[in-house]
Amino acid sequence: MELLVSETRFDSGSRWLLCHTVAVFAFLYLPIAVLILYSFNGEGVGGFPPHHLTLDWYRTLFADGPIWDSVLNSLQVAFAAMAISLTFGVPAALALERAQFPGKALFRRLVLLPLILPGIITGLSLLMLFNVMGSKLSLLTIVLGHGTALISVATTEVFAGLQKLDRAQEEASLDLGANYWQTFWRITVPNLKLPIIGAALLIFTLSMDEIAVSFFLIGRDNTLPLEIWGRLRRGITPEINAVSTIIFVFSLVAIVFWYRLRVRGEGTT
Amino acid sequence: MFSRAYKAAVTLPPLVWVTVFLLMPYLLMFCYSFWSVSASQTIVHSWNLDNYGQLLRVDVYWQTLLRSMWIAARVTVFSLVLGYPLAYFLSFYAGKKKDLLYQLVIIPLWVSYLVRAYAWKTILGSDGVLNTLLQYVHLTKHPLEFLLYSPFAVVLTLTHIYTPFSFLPIYAALEHIPRHLVEASHDLGATPGQTFWKVILPLSIPGVVAGATFAFVLSLGDFLAPLLLGGPSGIMISNIVVSLFGAAYNWPLGAAISFCMLLLVVTLLVFSERLEKKWSFS
Amino acid sequence: MTTSEMAVITTSASDRAGRDSLLSIRKVAKHFGKNVVLRDISLDVAEGEFLTILGESGSGKTTLLRIIAGFETASAGEVWMGEERLDRQPPYRRRVNTVFQHYALFPHLTVEQNVAYGLRVAKRPEVEIASRVAEALEKVKMSVYAKSKPSKISGGQQQRIALARALVNRPRLLLLDEPLSALDANLRRQMQVELKSLQREVGISFIFVTHDQEEAMVMSDRIALLRSGELEQVATPREIYGRPATAYAAQFIGHTNLLKGEVRGGTVRCGLLTWAAALPDGPALFSLRPENVRLATGNSAAGIVRARGRVRHQAFHGATELIRVECADGSVLVVRTPGSGGALNDVELEFTATDAILVRESPERI
Repeated sequence: MELLVSETRFDSGSRWLLCHTVAVFAFLYLPIAVLILYSFNGEGVGGFPPHHLTLDWYRTLFADGPIWDSVLNSLQVAFAAMAISLTFGVPAALALERAQFPGKALFRRLVLLPLILPGIITGLSLLMLFNVMGSKLSLLTIVLGHGTALISVATTEVFAGLQKLDRAQEEASLDLGANYWQTFWRITVPNLKLPIIGAALLIFTLSMDEIAVSFFLIGRDNTLPLEIWGRLRRGITPEINAVSTIIFVFSLVAIVFWYRLRVRGEGTT
Repeated sequence: MFSRAYKAAVTLPPLVWVTVFLLMPYLLMFCYSFWSVSASQTIVHSWNLDNYGQLLRVDVYWQTLLRSMWIAARVTVFSLVLGYPLAYFLSFYAGKKKDLLYQLVIIPLWVSYLVRAYAWKTILGSDGVLNTLLQYVHLTKHPLEFLLYSPFAVVLTLTHIYTPFSFLPIYAALEHIPRHLVEASHDLGATPGQTFWKVILPLSIPGVVAGATFAFVLSLGDFLAPLLLGGPSGIMISNIVVSLFGAAYNWPLGAAISFCMLLLVVTLLVFSERLEKKWSFS
Repeated sequence: MTTSEMAVITTSASDRAGRDSLLSIRKVAKHFGKNVVLRDISLDVAEGEFLTILGESGSGKTTLLRIIAGFETASAGEVWMGEERLDRQPPYRRRVNTVFQHYALFPHLTVEQNVAYGLRVAKRPEVEIASRVAEALEKVKMSVYAKSKPSKISGGQQQRIALARALVNRPRLLLLDEPLSALDANLRRQMQVELKSLQREVGISFIFVTHDQEEAMVMSDRIALLRSGELEQVATPREIYGRPATAYAAQFIGHTNLLKGEVRGGTVRCGLLTWAAALPDGPALFSLRPENVRLATGNSAAGIVRARGRVRHQAFHGATELIRVECADGSVLVVRTPGSGGALNDVELEFTATDAILVRESPERI
């Protein structure tokens, strides 16, 4: 049995663990596999076994105007949300890690709350704010919603990166004559490059997929998830399988990339 | 160590933004919960506790809340049952493949919620993959109705979604356990099984608490899975709120329910944080 | 007598101590992939012996200990305890306990529960556990801390608990992996004495791993010097110090002067130094301890070797002084004198020829 002996000798206990692990992976991936498989199925969704394989649904998808409009909307929202989250999330991380001020504990909880709070609460509370302010719902309101909710992602990533930063480096910089601002730009920020890029990637992906908060802040223009949602209300079509498959592939690439970045960041310390 | 100007520049912008877009909205929601809606579908700013009274009196509200909590509880238990052994295997038995397997676990996390819920919808329907498969291999003659549009479907889908969520903190906690503690336990005569119960499990409890909290809180507030897969018997509290902000147009009541949920979540978070602190030994 | 004969005699005399062998390590080797960490280690540990495995970092000493404890498996060779193959058993079945370098106390258990751990796992009756734990805590003078958590006590105190936790199980062999390295100097010295007397009192064999040669000399019945995965010399502290088998052993333990020279027709010539010795012709290497070199006394007996040189550096060491003297041909002699006189300049030195010990070369190992 492995558990710290350099040779692996499996016994009954660890065999069960292995079975369990395989079963859980199957549970996690089979639905996605089915989804992808049936995006190629001529007969559409459902029915077993899948019959003739076709790219028809993908062709339909590519000709589908509204879907691509919503993709464009989503991209705009994602980039804007990224900008907001990073602009406020990075300083927030710095403030939490470095500064002391009254209300710091409350601030920390507030910033991190959207991470664990169900999206409906964040979405509804912002809806009420916009209502009171008299603003009409639109892509802008969605941007504000995503940006606010995802600040916590930026803060968490950058905070972790800051903790790994060796204070001695900054002290050495000061010792050698650089002032606080120079040290910040020459030493601190370059060391935060990887966490910031990682956070950006994550925020982008999450924003593209976001539906709970967007649900309440949507105006005339749909984001991609909401467009799909609208279709779903009307019925299932394999076109949705096709677009889901494409979303899956993009998310896969993005997350693997993000993970590699994070691992690389850890390796350099 | 850092100048006051620097500190101010760094602290103020996020503080302002968070106050405007997080704190104020919650306070606003709190205010809304005391107002009411007039017959002509406008919001009347008269302060009263009617909405909260309604919550307590009208059956459907607190019954749905209880049902939601029961669904969330089941999701929590199942995702822990699935997630913990997975984390344990990766941390202590996976050796060189640990990294690869970890990536494989977190990938589903970031693949659109909607995509995954939709996938289950296509699988569980009466014409869906599972039913036709079962009939194809002659295990059943008729489609199983309970698979879709039921609490079962909601629990299944939410477990699928939140198992990686509960895995993450458990894995982090297990990784955090110094390996020489495990060696010491073996050295003192404990088998791997005994070592698990006496050393590894107690030290991993903060991770379990965090994972359970994630799974419970997020399941409780979920409205998409019930909408897609829950049917009439699978309605959860958030669905009620959604309709109050939609067709049933009663924002103040919806705000009241939301605020209660907010309180419930915050209470749970405080409670679980205390629990985590109590069980953390490093 | 040849150099190799001398080396064999030095080691074998101490290997066959008159007591029974508790642990027998036979031709143990260990490699991690291409990296060879241990090579052909054979060593016997006697009952009730305090053996130290001494070596630099990377010498393989911790790996050897872990093989005995059961946390690594040997790539080749066998480990026997009495009549049983030890290396075939998992660590939790061996009658061996370990004191870890950073103590490895369980943070979620009290001191008492930590010490009781092994007994609880073995399902001993509670009454027995209570009394044995109390006794063990008494022995390491930590009874007062029984109900504390490990995070609340100091490093030195944690170390005692780790000791008690291991000993309470009455193992046949106790392994200690550099347990004193995290302590400050004074506490270290104190613990060295305590550990030694504890071992005498308990009467079981201790295998102690360290890189500190002074520590090894103070505590051990025997020292096994490990270099790059091979045993350089196994002998009592006095033997290893007084008659080191190799240049490495001579340099690693204490200070020494290594004199490189040649023997021709019964005369040794090392640079400007010459003396008579009954050795076969050929190149030779000698170890000369600084305390065996002194300022010339004017003694003209036979067997006294003289040298002349200029003092390059004088280091004050409290009770003694260490003086570096450069001779006319550029070679350096280090001399230890009782720290008396003031600054010295040109000096005359002398040493007794028999104090120059013949040692083997220590070749570079891959």
